[in-house]
Amino acid sequence: MPLIELVNVTKRYGNVTAIKNLSLKMNDGEYICVLGPTGSGKTTLLKLIAGIVKPDSGEIYIDGRLVNDVPPQERNVAYVPQYYALFPHMSVIDNVAFGPLSRGFSREEAYKVSMQMLEMTKLAWRANSFPHELSGGMQQRLALARGLASGAKILLLDEPLGALDARLRVELRYKLRGIAKKNKLTTIHVTHDQEEAMVVADRIVVLRNGEIQQEGPPSQVYNEPKSIFVAHFVGGANFLEGFVAEVDQYGSWIQLRNGFLLRVNDVNRVVGERIVVMVREEKVEVIKGARRREEINLFPGAVSEVSFLGDFVSYSITLDNGDKVSSRMPSVFGLKRFGIGERVYVRLKPENLRVYPYPPQGLYKELEVI
Amino acid sequence: MKNINLQVEDREYLCIIGPSGCGKTTLIKCIAGIIEPDEGEIYIGDKLVNNLPIEDREIGYVFQEIALFPHMNVYNNICYGPFVKGWSISKAENLIKEILNMMRLYDRVRDKPDALSGGARQKTAVARALISGSKLLLLDEPLGSLDAKVRRVLRYELKRLVKDLGLTAIHVTHDQEEAMSIADRIVVMRAGEIVEVGTPIELYMCPKSLFTANFVGEANFFIGDFVGEEDDYVKIDVGGKALYSKCKVNPEDGKVVAVIRPEFVVMKRTGPPREVWRGVIEGRVFLGGSVRFEVRTENDIMIAVKKPLLSEALRFEVGDHVALILPREFLLVYPYPKEGLEKAISIE
Repeated sequence: MPLIELVNVTKRYGNVTAIKNLSLKMNDGEYICVLGPTGSGKTTLLKLIAGIVKPDSGEIYIDGRLVNDVPPQERNVAYVPQYYALFPHMSVIDNVAFGPLSRGFSREEAYKVSMQMLEMTKLAWRANSFPHELSGGMQQRLALARGLASGAKILLLDEPLGALDARLRVELRYKLRGIAKKNKLTTIHVTHDQEEAMVVADRIVVLRNGEIQQEGPPSQVYNEPKSIFVAHFVGGANFLEGFVAEVDQYGSWIQLRNGFLLRVNDVNRVVGERIVVMVREEKVEVIKGARRREEINLFPGAVSEVSFLGDFVSYSITLDNGDKVSSRMPSVFGLKRFGIGERVYVRLKPENLRVYPYPPQGLYKELEVI
Repeated sequence: MKNINLQVEDREYLCIIGPSGCGKTTLIKCIAGIIEPDEGEIYIGDKLVNNLPIEDREIGYVFQEIALFPHMNVYNNICYGPFVKGWSISKAENLIKEILNMMRLYDRVRDKPDALSGGARQKTAVARALISGSKLLLLDEPLGSLDAKVRRVLRYELKRLVKDLGLTAIHVTHDQEEAMSIADRIVVMRAGEIVEVGTPIELYMCPKSLFTANFVGEANFFIGDFVGEEDDYVKIDVGGKALYSKCKVNPEDGKVVAVIRPEFVVMKRTGPPREVWRGVIEGRVFLGGSVRFEVRTENDIMIAVKKPLLSEALRFEVGDHVALILPREFLLVYPYPKEGLEKAISIE
């Protein structure tokens, strides 16, 4: 039986629908990331499960029990809000012990549990400090320790790493997952950072305008995005506009801008259909100079921009038909490989291309994630 | 902030990075004239500006506590600069259009600031600074309140506009990748001091300090001993295995720290016995464009290894036995720091 289940849940604030008829199951011990842009309903989803807001319609089950009318403190969930909400006048250990004490633990028992949680989050040495004396990373760990000390089996984290330096965030996300898994917690972690979601989650739920766009393991969401939105929001993607010129039993020919012909493996298209072809940036191969011009899916162009990203180098290439594609290659062999203005060929292998119908409101609008 | 010396070139895009509390915001506020330095001089062009108020410094700025005019809509907020300077709006019209487009603010021009999301307010502030007509832009976390994805798109457009308009930009960010991808040069700060200044490639490939190696991008650190020099390389010993590097170090106490980025570690099934670290894969995480492995070696060292999606290494799974090679051209060596390794690279 799934531990948490939402069935056709809708939540409105005034005339804004934050969550639209959403159904979702979460298994015991699973680490789920809810990913989406600002205003997609991520925080509302957490608050619905925590019991801080009530659904307008639909049912929420925890452990098989309908909890729509169960108050937050009786749901066995620990909710860690975005801005931690630490008690400023209480010491670190008192902040953590607050939960156990208010649930009727003896003083001794409450402080013993709290100390264990502080040890786990490597804060035991700061037990007698006050929150404002801690760095951002420590405050984050304190909020987590407090959530853990509540003894709840379900951990709800709203942008738990959002307030931290980028470098620290990378370090802490591994720890976060480790602690959740070690304590066999079911975790729902809300974030707008796709890279973070990819690394920590067993399963990613992509949310947009209160609706689930796609859910699945990180590699599936990344490699087989169901829509242009998911492809764009989760990872770096190139989009090429075109029309279906021909369909045969193995695939289709796509007419790109200014007569370029592109072969794709998609057989489920209709001749004349307006489509968008997606290719991941790291799947764009760039080849020096001119050779084997008869090869399919090999397009001439020139390097227009080079950007160093650390482990990757990103090349922007303007194809001779006017389309632009970005290629990301490892710095190990991509550094200073091509200069700006250099003539190159771009190879787009059919197996790396995905085809989507042209969005009704236009591609530009579809890619606008805010 | 302690005894900072820094020159920013005309039309340069400079990024300042460093952990929270390192003084990066104080530095940019001193340049803006919001904070007065206790000692030292600040020049803009060849003019000493220590006593010049912010409005006379000819700068466009975006600060974290965004100050838009609450009674004006987005359009009027953005055009305020040219308006005050007495330009005709028609002169700036094409630029205004382009910037509104780039910032995706076209639909919001009639809205007042309190009707906007935090992200849209921030974009308005950036647009206003770009159009202000000032040659020098000071940007403190200009993309900080935007979603990660939006930030990744807008940073390139921001840089392009700064370059197209021939502006000089000083951009403070907590996001190393952001700095890396757009800066001509990066200043790394820590505890009120400049640790080092360099191009993104310099800081990433050959950081001068252990702190930078850790703060900019991911790195593996190993403690070892200096053995000697062999041909053009330095030979060191880590856990009983020999490693080589081009870095010229010869520490007095013989202790060294070796550093290598996860993506430069070569991972295979087998390898030449002398050069290789054998180990078992304990972790494998999909990162999107690449996969990150954690390998425990026979001498009980954990090494992170990153491989791109197109690579052969993707066939490796948790539990596989592998051979690691740490190529000498990518291995960096530093003297062991007096304060200890952990302290030297600590971000907090």
